[in-house]
Amino acid sequence: MSTGSMEQLYQQVILDHAKFPHGKGLGAAGDLHLHTGESHQVNPTCGDEVTLQVDVDSTAEGGVIIRDVRWDGQGCSISQASVSVLHDLVVGNDLATVDQIGGTFRALMQTRGAGLDDDAEETLGDATAFTGVAKYPARIKCALLGWAALTDALIKTGARESS
Amino acid sequence: MTSTLDDAARTLDATELAAVRADFPLLSRTLRGGRPLVYLDSGATSQKPEVVLDAEQDFYAQRNAAVHRGAHQLAEEATEAFEDARDRVASFVGVSPGSLVWTSNATAGINLVAYAMSNASLGRGGAAARQLALGPGDEIVVTEAEHHANLVPWQELAIRTGASLRWLGVDDDGRIRVDELDTVVTDRTKVLAFTHASNVTGAITPVGAFVERARAVGALTVLDACQSVPHLPVDLTALGVDFAAFSGHKMLGPTGVGALYGRRELLEAMPPVNTGGSMVEVVTMESTTYAPPPQRFEAGTQMVSQAVGMGAAASYLHELGMDAVAAHEAHLAGLLLDAVATVPGVRVIGPTDTRGRLATVSFVVDGVHAHDVGQVLDDAGVAVRVGHHCAQPLHRRFGVASTTRASAAVYTTDEEIEVFREALTGVRAFFGLEVS
Repeated sequence: MSTGSMEQLYQQVILDHAKFPHGKGLGAAGDLHLHTGESHQVNPTCGDEVTLQVDVDSTAEGGVIIRDVRWDGQGCSISQASVSVLHDLVVGNDLATVDQIGGTFRALMQTRGAGLDDDAEETLGDATAFTGVAKYPARIKCALLGWAALTDALIKTGARESS
Repeated sequence: MTSTLDDAARTLDATELAAVRADFPLLSRTLRGGRPLVYLDSGATSQKPEVVLDAEQDFYAQRNAAVHRGAHQLAEEATEAFEDARDRVASFVGVSPGSLVWTSNATAGINLVAYAMSNASLGRGGAAARQLALGPGDEIVVTEAEHHANLVPWQELAIRTGASLRWLGVDDDGRIRVDELDTVVTDRTKVLAFTHASNVTGAITPVGAFVERARAVGALTVLDACQSVPHLPVDLTALGVDFAAFSGHKMLGPTGVGALYGRRELLEAMPPVNTGGSMVEVVTMESTTYAPPPQRFEAGTQMVSQAVGMGAAASYLHELGMDAVAAHEAHLAGLLLDAVATVPGVRVIGPTDTRGRLATVSFVVDGVHAHDVGQVLDDAGVAVRVGHHCAQPLHRRFGVASTTRASAAVYTTDEEIEVFREALTGVRAFFGLEVS
């Protein structure tokens, strides 16, 4: 049925995350010393949506760390898997690292499927599986939906001012 | 009257269909991996026959000039081409050219009516336009099946005028609840806006019942004819609606042009919406008098080459014969429904019988999002629409956020639907779901 381009697009990592998503399910707000930001994003072309909550905390060194990400949503396998992978990549990392990962992922989406260098692949981990998505301009928005929600939710935590 | 798809007499034979396909250059192109194109997205926009492309090309190459002004020969010829196109489109839908206004698309046509009513509600157009005015206590009735283009303009009109918006529901088969007409459409109803055929379910609306009820309560009818005009014989005069909008690009014509039909007496009473050049009689520094319709509603430079293209499209369909087109598409509707029914885990949103429906079939594949379905079909060269098709309330009615839609047109073949069926068969398996 397929020439293999479908397998390139829908890598097993993506199918697995879509089927068994990580961090899915919204919770109550974080502890008192945490700051939680929430964002709801919609892709108006297909109606896909995601609501994402992020808990941040300040570190002893004066930085900002992502304690937790919880989300809920409905959409295609690309959008759902992307938020699940995002969860794994950002939880436990500091804001600077998260910004670097997010920036690298956005750069990956601009490569038309050619991919980035080895360093970038190391930064992205499982998110490298989305390389094939960049070949299909209509699907890039799907992959970026969760990342857009994270950016917005982080602003709402107020963590941007303190970083 | 609109013919239902069941009683059409003649269809296209294999030779005629091959000849039709040869008229559409794009249909012979190949896609990624050398796959032939299977275009099942005509509900979104149709492909264009060579005569339409030639008409636009010829207009620019031979007759381009400003219409309705200038005394030179080119201006005469351009004006003639423009008005000849109006004649062709008007006659194609059974109305007089004086009651057909060019618009940039169907959305613009519906908005034109809504804003003219707004202006009438502010007193513009004087006593004659009072029949178009709305205010608090008045009601606008739409249906749950509407494309956003025939819903949002009425929501906005209600907000601007203080009128209320009500709507007819949709039954489990995707058909508008005709049985609700008597309770929802009342003496308070000033406007009844509804689609002739759903762009999602393909269900054809029994227009007669709507017009009859609207007349009984003195409401004006506004028909969204985008999906019917390209696929069925449509006689707007016989249907008896007050207004109807349709687009060029869905009926084998160019983008950037559509048409609004309005009953002549109503157009004459209607205040203008867009104002400026070409729609006036006498302009002084203090005030302006307006041209009669349709020019009153055609301010500024018009989309002349596109109108000429739309005229060519109307003639092309007329020559094929809309009865034959409808019969061919009724056959395709049956094939599409059969195709979808043979694939396990697929559910149709809309009527599952061929009676009173278009060859437009929307469906959900259990466990697979529409976007993913569309991607796998695309890999087989099959172009379908995925998403909410600009009808979110209708999708919400069926508890789904999005569907996959296969929509045929006059040039669609049995073989294409078979390619679609085969590709659809592989979708659930590709995503690791049980296939039976």
